[in-house]
Amino acid sequence: MAASTKMKTPYQNHIDKADFDHVYEPAEDSFLLIDALEKDLHYLKVKNPTFCLEVGSGSGVVITAFGMAFPNTFCISTDINFKACEMSATTANYNNVLLEPVNMDLISFFVDKKFDVIIFNPPYVVTKTEECGGTDIVASWAGGVKGREVTDRLLNMIPKKLAEDGTFYLLLIEENIPNEVVEIMKIYGYKSELVIKRRVRNEHQLVLKFYK
Amino acid sequence: MKLITHNMLTSKCLKGVTTGYPLSIKATNVKVTEVDFNPEFITRIIPKLDWDVLWSAADSIGHSEGLPKTVEPKFEDDEEFLKKAHRVLLEIEVEEGHLTCPESGRQFPISKGIPNMLLTEAEVQ
Ligand SMILES: C[S@@+](CC[C@H](N)C(=O)[O-])C[C@H]1O[C@@H](n2cnc3c(N)ncnc32)[C@H](O)[C@@H]1O
Repeated sequence: MAASTKMKTPYQNHIDKADFDHVYEPAEDSFLLIDALEKDLHYLKVKNPTFCLEVGSGSGVVITAFGMAFPNTFCISTDINFKACEMSATTANYNNVLLEPVNMDLISFFVDKKFDVIIFNPPYVVTKTEECGGTDIVASWAGGVKGREVTDRLLNMIPKKLAEDGTFYLLLIEENIPNEVVEIMKIYGYKSELVIKRRVRNEHQLVLKFYK
Repeated sequence: MKLITHNMLTSKCLKGVTTGYPLSIKATNVKVTEVDFNPEFITRIIPKLDWDVLWSAADSIGHSEGLPKTVEPKFEDDEEFLKKAHRVLLEIEVEEGHLTCPESGRQFPISKGIPNMLLTEAEVQ
């Protein structure tokens, strides 16, 4: 039996457009991340993850797409924005995926080394430090210095929370200086690989993966 | 919030807290939803959980009846056990209530099934 090599796009028509005033609306970056996971589908199927966590799940499209492709994986999501947690729950529900959203900063409340897969599409826009760190829609894009303030805090937690043989997928743009991220992760003992990249208007988006 | 999730949460990131595990649960509204039984999934998840914590959590919200206190070595062949585990792990959800840090007493509300664990800067380690 040939396993499917495609990931399905979750149904999203249940979402009231007005809710996107408060929660990040799925955009090219969201779909690039789904495409990256699809590109890595074979690798992930072999890994057969037990626990998958999406950090900052927003509308929930990415983790729901993951859950649809991996019915034997338990999916958890976090977001600093409570409304995003609610929307993630509904999106998963409409697509028959079991998802557990928790409203928290990054992954700070989880026990160590449980997650086989961690996924993050961070707030990556370069802004002033003061703009980043909120809990509303601004937190969906405002990334502070180099657009990396939120991402760098997560990088620091990965060695503790990711399972030893786990994989971490991270979306970045060129302005975030991906090479620096690769260097930081190398210091933490991780190898890295470029999974996919795409130019969207003036933005160069890419997805990196990290593993030991 | 399902009890699998509770099994994975600790408040050790709070200032002055060393273990923060397990959080205690106070539920004011527990929902039971039917979920398709997937023995393969339940079998692989059980060894990755702290069963004592799961049992006590189920007990604290009034759903430990018939649930064994320990996991037998050959649990994967015991369909009746797997069905009980399935119910406690996936079908029971705390909709409203709160979680409490065992050391600091800090409470985290659960509303619409979602635990709210946001902290103020002063609370972070
Ligand atoms: C670029 S959006 C991505 C949303 C969704 N994952 C997607 O791909 O469409 C970034 C998300 O991260 C969340 N976020 C920002 N800072 C966070 C933090 N410190 N902890 C958890 N989530 C955070 C935002 O609320 C937002 O939902």
